[in-house]
Parts: sequence; structure tokens; C-alpha cells
Amino acid sequence: MRIAIIVAAATLTSPLSAQELRGPEFFESIADEGERSAALFTEMGEVLTHPRCVNCHPVTGGPTQGDDMRPHSPPVIRGEADFGAAAMNCNTCHSAENVDFTSAPGSIPGHEPWMLAPVSMGWQGVSLRGICEQIKDPGRNGGKTLEALWEHNAHDGLVGWGWDPGEGREPAPGSQEIFGELTRAWIDTGAVCPE
Amino acid sequence: MSSMFVKALQPAPLLLPSRRMVLAGAAGLTLAFFIAPRGLRAQAPAPITAPNAFLRIGADDTVTVLSKHLEMGQGPYTGLATLVAEELDASWDQMRAEGAPADDSLYANLAFGAQGTGGSTAMANSWTQMRMVGATARAMLVAAAAAEWGVPAAEVRIAEGVISHGDRRSGFGAFAARAATMPMPESPPLKDPSAFRLIGTDRPKLDTVGKTNGTAQFTMDIHREGMLTVLVARPPAFGATLVSFDDKAALAVPGVEMVRRIGAGVAVYAKGTYAALKGRRALDVEWDSAQAERRSTDEIFSDFSAAAEAGGQTVEEEGDIAAGFAAAAQIIEGEIRFPYLAHAPMEPLDAVIEVKGGKAELWYGCQFPTFDRPTVAKALGLPVEDVRINVILAGGSFGRRAQGSAHIAQEIGEIAKAAGRDGAFKMLMTREDDLHGGYYRPLTVHRLRAGIDDAGNITAWTNSIANQSIMSGTPMEAMMQGGVDPTSFEGSNALPYVFGSRRIGWAQMESPVPVLWWRSVGHTHTAFAVETFLDRVLEAAGKDPLQGRLDLLKPEALRERAVLETAGRMADWQGPVKDGRGYGIAWAKSFGSYVAQVVEVEDRDGRPHATRVWCAVDCGIAINPNVIRAQMEGGIGYALSTALYSKVSLGPGGGVEQSNFHDYPMLRIHEMPAVEVEIIRSSVDPTGVGEPGVPPLGPALANAWRALTGQVTSELPFPMQSNV
Amino acid sequence: MTQFIVNGQDVTLDIDPDTPLLWALRDDLHLTGTKFGCGVAQCGACTVMLNGMPRRSCVTPLSMVEGGEVTTIEGMTGPEIEAVKQAWVAIDVPQCGWCQSGQIMSATALLQQSATAPTDADIDAAMAGNVCRCATYVRIRAAIHDAARTLEL
Repeated sequence: MRIAIIVAAATLTSPLSAQELRGPEFFESIADEGERSAALFTEMGEVLTHPRCVNCHPVTGGPTQGDDMRPHSPPVIRGEADFGAAAMNCNTCHSAENVDFTSAPGSIPGHEPWMLAPVSMGWQGVSLRGICEQIKDPGRNGGKTLEALWEHNAHDGLVGWGWDPGEGREPAPGSQEIFGELTRAWIDTGAVCPE
Repeated sequence: MSSMFVKALQPAPLLLPSRRMVLAGAAGLTLAFFIAPRGLRAQAPAPITAPNAFLRIGADDTVTVLSKHLEMGQGPYTGLATLVAEELDASWDQMRAEGAPADDSLYANLAFGAQGTGGSTAMANSWTQMRMVGATARAMLVAAAAAEWGVPAAEVRIAEGVISHGDRRSGFGAFAARAATMPMPESPPLKDPSAFRLIGTDRPKLDTVGKTNGTAQFTMDIHREGMLTVLVARPPAFGATLVSFDDKAALAVPGVEMVRRIGAGVAVYAKGTYAALKGRRALDVEWDSAQAERRSTDEIFSDFSAAAEAGGQTVEEEGDIAAGFAAAAQIIEGEIRFPYLAHAPMEPLDAVIEVKGGKAELWYGCQFPTFDRPTVAKALGLPVEDVRINVILAGGSFGRRAQGSAHIAQEIGEIAKAAGRDGAFKMLMTREDDLHGGYYRPLTVHRLRAGIDDAGNITAWTNSIANQSIMSGTPMEAMMQGGVDPTSFEGSNALPYVFGSRRIGWAQMESPVPVLWWRSVGHTHTAFAVETFLDRVLEAAGKDPLQGRLDLLKPEALRERAVLETAGRMADWQGPVKDGRGYGIAWAKSFGSYVAQVVEVEDRDGRPHATRVWCAVDCGIAINPNVIRAQMEGGIGYALSTALYSKVSLGPGGGVEQSNFHDYPMLRIHEMPAVEVEIIRSSVDPTGVGEPGVPPLGPALANAWRALTGQVTSELPFPMQSNV
Repeated sequence: MTQFIVNGQDVTLDIDPDTPLLWALRDDLHLTGTKFGCGVAQCGACTVMLNGMPRRSCVTPLSMVEGGEVTTIEGMTGPEIEAVKQAWVAIDVPQCGWCQSGQIMSATALLQQSATAPTDADIDAAMAGNVCRCATYVRIRAAIHDAARTLEL
């Protein structure tokens, strides 16, 4: 429940619809570089806290699903490799591509690889500032430099799945291209975390 | 089906094999032997073409029992074979079973007077009949051996599948042909129960091996040469009718062969399931919903609640209700709402038909052959004799395959007819078709009221029930007496409790939503209503749930008392709360069997989690304790699934809101409690176990939950999020 | 044209590559041990092994198995499947039986992937994707423990 409230609050801070994402140019008018940087990250937060992303960034337990972030059905656990349990790992159902259901509307999402973000990158119920600090921390972001982080946000396929989530799912706001530009601008302005 | 239905259909005498009947060619039991060619000894017996009997002995000594009851997981193949093998003195290893075809004249359920499986009657109605089959066959084998060996029949022994006299020994197969020519004994003696070797002992089911290696053949597994797969586009609301359709796009899908209008909707015929799915999706269909059910579940509940409040027609009344309430020191009231429920068997409904040269042959898990066979015949315009239904394994049913309307038989018949040519056709439903398809457990409202005097006696008990009738509008309507459908309220009346006064009322409601028996039928809701409300009343009267029930039982309710006491002992009952866990007890008599259960529940994030269940069952003589335990375990899981999750709801405008297992969830393994079952020793003739495990679980769970949290469950399923 | 291996045999199917593997197995290859229960990866009745790992065939387009190796309940071999089948029979697990091929495939995969005897929690996690409407879960659990003992895990 707490998770849902925080996500809702994050969404409420934006005057835009969930489909939109403002590019770096929108923030050029903010004179103070640190403020601009924080604002850029807040805009990135529209993506980072979107259910398409957060559903597979749980802190405890397994993934959630749907825009209401309900528990994953069938029930799955994180497992030792963030890939589910023995005999019930992510690839038991998910594959390298989104697959449309044949008997009803909707699809099962897929990408290669398809797995949970590590616990260290758990975002569910975490504040935007907390997410920001984690993302910047090589000890908790998989040893990524900021440059590597940009590369990840701008070009990683699993990140990109958020904008190509298959039939029956609302994509993350904007596009991976804008998200990459926001990340670039955020880094270039000092990678400041919002309060 | 209800026990009252069973009673209403009870034919006069039990049909037993007799020489007179055979000679007269009467439509009674015919015992015959079919011999498999000797060349096939090392293989399975050859398929038979006219199995008009209950048992077949192969040259390889196998004894195959033709089960007049549909095997849908509840165990009749094994149970009927056990009865035959017991009296035949066969070795269990040589026993086999398969479904008997549709033929009322041979395979009637003796409780119905017609061929059908339901009401947990399979073992009860076959108890004497199948033992007689075994005893008759045994006597004829003995006679054949005696003749062959030239010794007195009285000196021929049979034990463990071996016929012997002195040093001579033989299996059954060698004497099968000669046995068939022997006179059929008038009344072969049946064993005294003390001589039973198989009855009363654990035996794994005969169909288990095939269900572990993929070889078991279910309807959907049947393949016929040139067969087309058929999916039907069905109405979007109950009672909606087809206006028109455009099949151009559907016919353009590769593999789609034809599109036809049938009663159920628009049938798409294709080579394979995937083409049929694509073809159906490409159809453009216009429906008229003017006469459809447009009410939402909330609106239906509101209407039914008002009718229950009004009291309905009286179906049971005893004592002076007004005086009873007047004498009460306190009055407890409650309303409990039960949603529509889908059976959701794991194998969705399906049927296979092949029409060739003016004859039709079908393969499917047919539960009511007596209705289905003439329905298919009529749909095809064929004489009944030219329709053969091979009754095969069903991947679950829970009542769904037993329709008075015979709508699946009608549909498969129309599919074949509408094709306009000979051929084979397989109709199947997707899970979405199944959940949207109606034939639900009736949505039901119970309104209860009880008065308690200062001494804690229940001075008055009233329960009025509003729901649709299952029998009304079907061939079973003839069984309704005085406009009353007993399946609507069975389990709420004839309670063995001492109440100062009582009244049970029933209001028959109408809706275009088709309803059907659903594993334990009326008891699915009556046991919950009675046993949860009684729990509240006992608490108000200051009584322990277990002792309070025992004190309330009429003196003659000995079997009720025994299951309650046994379940209490098994659970080491010490009251409803212990160490942070809740304990609830409930019992029900259904289909002649008595079951009491204690549920242990934990509060997990505001939701009940059942950790353990203790179950005491009295089903008369325990034919196969293994199957009885399995049915109790399964019934408990089925009922727990129902209490926690199951609800088919209609949204605004009447459309079904659920579509598959993500929103009509099933209990999964991590939610299954540990189960202990104890079977009461009995010498009473056996009664069924397929359904009776279900009714007590829901109320026992709700009672445990109320004890733990104080929350009264007034609507099922349990709410997904707790209010506290 | 899709080429792959099914139960050790080379197979070539000239059908729509979007066809779910489930229906290709059942309708085209007549391997009907693999069952349809939901079509949306909710029930596990359609579980097969794809390149040695359990896979829901109802959400597996044929195109995805090109060059791959599929094993169905009919073609399973090895000590784990033998131990599982033996335990399933000894404990008399199935009721209606429709879900049991999938249950057995998941149970076998669990034992193949377990270095030590699976705990109840391991069984819960591995088997949570397989629905049994008859609720044979008590016996499924017992049978997996039994098979693990046979395998001396």
C-alpha cells in the first residue's frame, strides 16, 4: 500500500500526462546548475518510478505487475540470481520478446535478458532521492561509472523495453532517446540528487 | 446433485444380473465376456467394438471393468473395479477399467434410473450391483473350470486371480470363453464383510499411471483423420442473441475451412486450434443484448437481498416462531452473500464427434449420457441407436459436464450438422470461454435470524434464501415438487439441531444467467450460512463452538456427533484461539456422508492463511481409504480456493468481469494447508466422497478467522484486503 | 518452416511460425501429454523442457524454438523423471490428471536443478506456477520429497 502511495505522489508532482516526458531543453531556463540537475533527475523519475520499470525493482519479495503494481501472478520469488526459483525462473514464461496471447487480448512481456534488478537497485517504496543516490553509487549500481550509467539508460535493451512493453501495457513516459538525453544532461550538470 | 434429487429418481428394485432377465432379453444387466485374440497376449487387449457389459476378461488374464460412471478424478474406475475384483477374487494387478459407452439400458445409475454421474452416488448405487457382477463372473468361471476339468464345481477354488483344483491351476483368460456359455447363477452369494480382502484397504487408482506419463486420453487429446477444430464465438452477455456476422476476414485466415451459425453462436472450423483462434478473432459479429442480463452483480445482490428479506415461500416450519423470538433475551441477525462461481475444470469443456454414413460417434467426458445421447441424435436428425458416445476421462468437472440442458451435446451435434458433410470435429473452449460461459453456482443470499433465551437455548431460527433454481427449465424440473427446487436450499433444512422453533424460506429468483450444480451444490452456501451463523449464536449464548454444537444435536444424530467429536479430538480442540492462531469447526451432512473439519488459521497481512485442517469423515464402509483421503484433501483445497478467491461478477451492463486464472485465481501449492483425515469405522453401506469434503471448510475457516480477528465474514470470497 | 528437435527426433513443421508450441505439439505432432489449461502462462499445464529448462509452451511461438530441443512428458528420460513418476504413482497423486504432466515437468526440473533435497519453501517456489484444480497439492509435496529421497539428494 505504501508503495502505491509513493508512486502516486511521484506522478502527481508532474503536470503532464503519463505519456509525456520533457527533454533537457525544457529545463534550460533553470539558472542554477545544481537545481537544474536535480530537476532533470526529477524528470527522469517519471520513468524510474513508472510501473513498467519499478515492477521489476522490488526491495523485498518478488516482482509486481500491472499499473496497480499488484503481486506477480503466478507467484514468483527473486531467487539467488535475481532470476526466480529453480524450475520457476523468469524464462519459464518470459522469453526474448513480447508474445501476444492467442486466446485473449494482452501479451506476456519479454526481452533478452529478462530478470529482476538486484536488491541493491530496489526502488519500490524508495524516495526519488534514495533512487538517485543508489544509481550514482558504484557500490550499489553494479559498479557503473556515470558514463556507463548514461550508456545503460540511453541504450540498454531491457531499459528500452519500458517503451515497448507489448500489447495491453502502457509504455513508460516519453522515449528512451529523451530518457538518455535527460541522463546525459543530468550527468553534465553534476548529477545532483533532488531533495 | 442433491440427495433429494437422488431420492426422487430412485427406481424401484435394484437391478441385479439374473438368468431370467438375460433369457427374457430384458433391459437389465447383461454379463458377457469378450476375449482378446491370443496373438495379442503380450500387448494390450484388442479394442472392443461392442462392450455391452460391465466386465471383459482378456486372453492375457486382464479383467477390464467398464465403468458406468465418468472418471473425472473422483475415483470410480478404481472403486467399481475394487467391488468387482473383491467378489471375483481377482488379483488387483490384473484389474483395468475404462469408461462404458452411453447406454441407459445397461449403464443406468441405479440412484437416478438413468445413466449419469453426480450427487456423489457412484459407489453408493454400485455397491451391490458391481459386487454381484464380480460374484456372477466368479461363479461362471468356476463352472467352466469344473466342466473342463471334470470335477465338482464345489471343489474349484479361486484366489488372487488363480483358478485351481488340486494341482491344476489356471488364470481367468483360459476359461473366459467357456465361462460365457455357462448358466448365469440366479443369486451368487456375496462375501461377508469380514472376508473382504480389497474393500477397506488402500489401493492406488487404476488411472494413475497413465496420468503420470502423458498417455491418458482426454477429450482434447482425441485426434481423428481429417478432423477440424471448432471454436465458437459466444454472446458477450447472458441472453444476448446473434444478429449477424461477417466471416470474410475469418475465412481469409489460412487453415480456416468454414464458418457456420449454430445455436450457441458462430462456429469457426479450422485445421488446428491456432487457426481456429485466429479465425474466431477475425470474425465480425453483431449481438442483440436487449433480452440479456444487464444487471451488475451488485444490482442482482440488491434484488436477491430484498427477496430474502421478504422471506420467500416456506419450505420448512416447526414450532411457533413468533413465540420463539418473544421468548428471546437476545436476537442475532445476519445476511451472507455468495457470488456466482465457475467450476473451472483444468480441462475446459470440449467434445469430439465423427459423422460417417449416417452414424455418429463421439468421444468426450460425458457426465449425463442419458440427456446427451438423445440430444446429439436430435441435433443430427439420427436415431438414438446410431449415436455412440464413448465416455472417456474428464479433466475435472465438479458438476460442469452434467447439464440438464445438455448444451455441450447440443453444440457438438449442431457443429457436425451445420458442417453439411461427413467428418470429424473437435469443439473446445478456451479458459476465457469457460469462465464467461455461465452455468455457474447460483448467486445466493441468506438472511438469518436467531433468538437466544437467558439459558442460552436457541428459541427461534429462521433462514431465508434467495437464488435461482438449478432444475427449473431443465428436464429435471419434473422433480421439483410444489414448485420447490431442493438443490437451492438443501443443507439449510432438516438440521439435526434442537431449536425451539424454526422456519426455512426460499425465494426463487430469475435471471438469464444459466446456473448449475457445482461440487456439493446447495451445500456450497448452506453449510457456510448455517455453520458460521450458528457459531455467532453459540458465542452469544456463551458456548464453546464444539461443545455447543454437540449439546445442540438431537439424540439420534449419532453420526453427526461422531464426526464432530473425532475432528475435535484430532485437532486437540481447546477452544477457538490458541497461541495467536484461530481454530474453527464446522460440519455438514451431504449426499449421505458426514464430514466435520477443524481449520487452524493465521493472520498473514490481514488475510486468513489456513495452516492445518483436521477432517473426520463418515461415508459408511470405506471401500478405498486412499481415495477417501484424496477426496477430502482435494475437497478441502477446492473449498479453500473458493473461500479465498472465487467470484464471477457481472459488471455494469452484465458483462463477466473475470477472464482467466489471473483474475479468477486458483489456490496454489504454497496456500495448501497440511491435512489430516480420519475415516470413521462403519458397517453402513457406502456413500459418496466426491463432494462432501467441500462444505465444512469455508465455514470452519470463517469461524477460525472470526475467533482470531473478530471479523464476521458476510460475503464470499474473503475480501482481498483486510479492513483492519 | 521451423526445424527443431522433439523428444530426440528431428522435426520440420511448415506451419505459421506464430503458432504456440503447445498447439504445434498437440495438433500437428499429436503429442497430447502436454495440456492446455489457460493459454496465458498462469497454470503450467503446458510445461515442456526447452533446451533442458522448463518452459510454458502456450506462450512460446514456434519461431522461438527454431534449432532448439524440446522435450515433452512423453520423451522425458533420466533418473529425476523416473523418481518423480515412481513417487507420483506410489503416493497416488493425480485426481482428474489434466494438470499432472505440467506438475511432473516442474517437479522434475526442480530435482534436476537441486544439489540438495528441496525444502518445502523450494517446492512452493518451484511449483507455484502449476495450478491443480483438484488441489492434489498435499500429495504433490509429499511425492517431491519422496523422489528426492530416491535420488539421495
